Amino acid sequence: MAAPTIRSLRSPLGRVRGLGAAKGGTHHWWMQRVTSMALLPLTIWLVFALARMPDATWQEATAWIGRPFNAVLLLAFLAAAFHHMAYGLQEWIEDYVRGELCKVGALLVIKGACFLLWLSATLAVLRIAV
Amino acid sequence: MSKITDAREALMVGRRSDGSLVRRPLSPHLQVYDMLQMSSALSITHRITGALWSIGMVFLVWWLVAAAAGESAYNGAMWFFGSFIGVLGLMGLTAVAWYHTLAGIRHLYWDSGRGFEIPTMYLTGRAVLIGTAALTALTWLIMLITWI
Repeated sequence: MAAPTIRSLRSPLGRVRGLGAAKGGTHHWWMQRVTSMALLPLTIWLVFALARMPDATWQEATAWIGRPFNAVLLLAFLAAAFHHMAYGLQEWIEDYVRGELCKVGALLVIKGACFLLWLSATLAVLRIAV
Repeated sequence: MSKITDAREALMVGRRSDGSLVRRPLSPHLQVYDMLQMSSALSITHRITGALWSIGMVFLVWWLVAAAAGESAYNGAMWFFGSFIGVLGLMGLTAVAWYHTLAGIRHLYWDSGRGFEIPTMYLTGRAVLIGTAALTALTWLIMLITWI
């Protein structure tokens, strides 16, 4: 093994700054926590609500979605969940995908898919509720 | 000044207290961990369940969009969710959702700076596993009682 050398006068911290997988600061980490805290009550509500209507007819399902209380919580869940999902999948890509082109490409695909899915579901809820 | 493209390069060479340079050891990777240890196994499971939940989100979007599209589209979606694969998938997703939720609470607890002692870590880990089993069973019990 070659003798170790340092060819830079900058400190190790200065040299690694901005070179981590995410390139950025703590905003991503913090928003993942904020959305997770919002999702905690919303998920418990949604899972038990859906468990109580396995054989719901179309009339029953749309009536349930259309109730203002349910519609508001559904919209809140969708916003928080897709935000959280996009950030979580972003972490996978940043950690496991090598190569700038693949990484940025995969990130754009993930973010685009999450945005379109969120938009579709939100429109569906609004269309039923309004 | 040389351009660094990999963050790891910068930290691989350090100095001893006498000032001489030393090549630092590389950090261990997946192969050195015993994957049957609760600590690493639950950690990777949290990641995997998080990714699997994306499938559940696609199902939810399908259900909502189908309901908005009309009765026949809704019945089509409900036929899939009631089919063998659909029921199996939803059963798995219930466990996935509860695991990720409970393990997420454990992560928030860690974020507050608490619970890092090994016995506490094993205790909360076991609580997550038991809680996942209990809540998954409860969810499906509620569903079955409504169904029958």
